[in-house]
Amino acid sequence: MSTEKSIWKKALDWHEERLPIISWIDHSLGTKYPVPRNLNYWWNFGSLAMFMLAVMIFSGIFLAMNYTPHVTLAFDSVEHIMRDVNYGWLIRYMHANGASFFFMVVYIHILRGMYYGSYKAPREVLWWIGLLIYLAMMATAFLGYVLPWGQMSFWGATVITSFFSAIPGIGDSIVTLLWGGFSVDNPTLNRFFSLHYLLPFVIVGLIFLHIWALHVPGANNPLGIDATPADKIPFFPYYVMKDVFGLAVFVVIYFTAVFWFPNALGEAVNYVKANPLQTPEHIVPEWYYLPFYAILRSIPNKLLGIIAMFGAILILFALPWLDTSRVRSGNFRPVFRIFFVVWVIDVLILGWVGAQPPEGIIPTIGLIGTLWYFGHFAVIMPVLGWVETPKPLPASISQSVLKAAE
Amino acid sequence: MANTAHAHAADPAGETRRDFLLHTTIAMGAVGGAMMVWPLIHSMNPAADTLALSTTEFNISGVAEGQRISVMWRGSPVFVAHRTPAEIEAARKVQLSELRDPQTDEQRVTKGKDKYLIVSGICTHFGCIPQGVKVTEPRGEFGGWFCPCHGSQYDTSGRIRKGPAPRNLAVPPIKFLTDTTVLIG
Ligand code: HEM
Ligand code: FES
Repeated sequence: MSTEKSIWKKALDWHEERLPIISWIDHSLGTKYPVPRNLNYWWNFGSLAMFMLAVMIFSGIFLAMNYTPHVTLAFDSVEHIMRDVNYGWLIRYMHANGASFFFMVVYIHILRGMYYGSYKAPREVLWWIGLLIYLAMMATAFLGYVLPWGQMSFWGATVITSFFSAIPGIGDSIVTLLWGGFSVDNPTLNRFFSLHYLLPFVIVGLIFLHIWALHVPGANNPLGIDATPADKIPFFPYYVMKDVFGLAVFVVIYFTAVFWFPNALGEAVNYVKANPLQTPEHIVPEWYYLPFYAILRSIPNKLLGIIAMFGAILILFALPWLDTSRVRSGNFRPVFRIFFVVWVIDVLILGWVGAQPPEGIIPTIGLIGTLWYFGHFAVIMPVLGWVETPKPLPASISQSVLKAAE
Repeated sequence: MANTAHAHAADPAGETRRDFLLHTTIAMGAVGGAMMVWPLIHSMNPAADTLALSTTEFNISGVAEGQRISVMWRGSPVFVAHRTPAEIEAARKVQLSELRDPQTDEQRVTKGKDKYLIVSGICTHFGCIPQGVKVTEPRGEFGGWFCPCHGSQYDTSGRIRKGPAPRNLAVPPIKFLTDTTVLIG
């Protein structure tokens, strides 16, 4: 019996010979994928991000079954989802809060990469694909936020599409093309729905590339040194279990927000139907865009403001070369650690500035914060690599553990 | 396969002919693909029925001196202001050199109808609707319009005076059909 293959194993082997999908999964995220043994909990956020993408796609598809992308019906159809559709409120709150949690997870994931130097050779392409995913997420969330057709939906859409009018010469034609008319209107809503449905699947494709690019060099680790085979353990069961544990904790927090604070991160004025004749008193984007919005507003010139705002993200693509230090992990870079924390605080301040009306001292704080943001990448990172003396690196992951035990 | 490789090496003339076919095929494919892209892009531009709605007519006699109204044109408001003599004077005594987007007040109104200012109600920064149509709304330091989004200020001729907006409020195509009927678009 023990040597004899069961019928199931035989069927599986038969199938694997024709389509080796199980082996493929086993190599990608199973027993054949070796991972450094010393990953900490900051490494949980990649799998959490994948989970959130799945939640967004599932909840979104069910929302789409009851949503109507037409200017006269969109707002009412969302209210219909909230009041009449069975569990519609749950599905919508999962989706609306899901976007916020997705961004929180991805922001932590990105900061993890920045602190532990995961963008450095040989992981530059992996870093780039991650940034493309982030850009696609920003576009998706913007398009989605327009769909309920509230006041903030409408005016957010107007302001953001008008960004393109800053392009000299052809800007206005591009905006008309984006709108399909002379203002944000029904054609705009229709195409935004179409693209909002499409982009998450583009993200799924990018995630395949992301994981592929991850598997070529393998995962980085908190020490930032290359892991020897002896310092690696299989992804399944070890990290699968750890990810599942992290997921359980995360889901508790996420659903606490969905059930008890579903509107904490939203804007009340988006429960007012879009009115093309009246701009709300105070326009604010969703929290995850605020630092970039602050950068945009802090520069008193339309074109330069736009360039700075997009530049704030594009500069991250150059980070592998702007950072001239060859030590990956911030644990061994005493000066970098401080500047890293200062930069995170700077981004938080910019986020706060973005939520304030641009009056009094606010634009000045925004300008200083913007200068620091760019200075961090363009000046501090290159110079630090030359002047900083890193702490000695351990010879291997196990050596660092044995040393600590002594 | 080995045969073809052999033929390549032995017959350079054949190789050029093959390359020629390959390159023309790629070129034709690229042209065909590019020709398909334009209809897709252009389908996103305003449709014929959207364009057909692009004029508006209204009666201006109901707008009293000092009053401002907005009229819908192409889905967005157009500001119509019946200006007081003081407002007109304020607009006209400004030096062109003080303006970000230099234009005289005369260039922005219809001759003989100087008291009426008709300008697009779309902030030239990022498209919000400036406040100032109602007397209760803020009108900014220059007595015209104030955009709540990022603080652009326009004067009584709708010209940009302060804040991030680059251009004056646009003057739409206007025609006085009669003394009191105005056609926009
Ligand atoms: C990357 C994944 C996604 C993100 C970040 C995202 C984000 C958003 C956001 C921020 C909203 C506005 C929520 C609100 O305030 O009401 C929204 C609405 C919506 N989304 Fe998504 N979404 C994603 C995927 C999808 C998918 C795959 C679909 C499938 C069709 C979808 C369908 C909808 C619908 C129908 C609405 C309008 C209903 C509503 O406003 O609640 N979404 N989305
Ligand atoms: S849209 Fe009016 S100031 Fe920005």
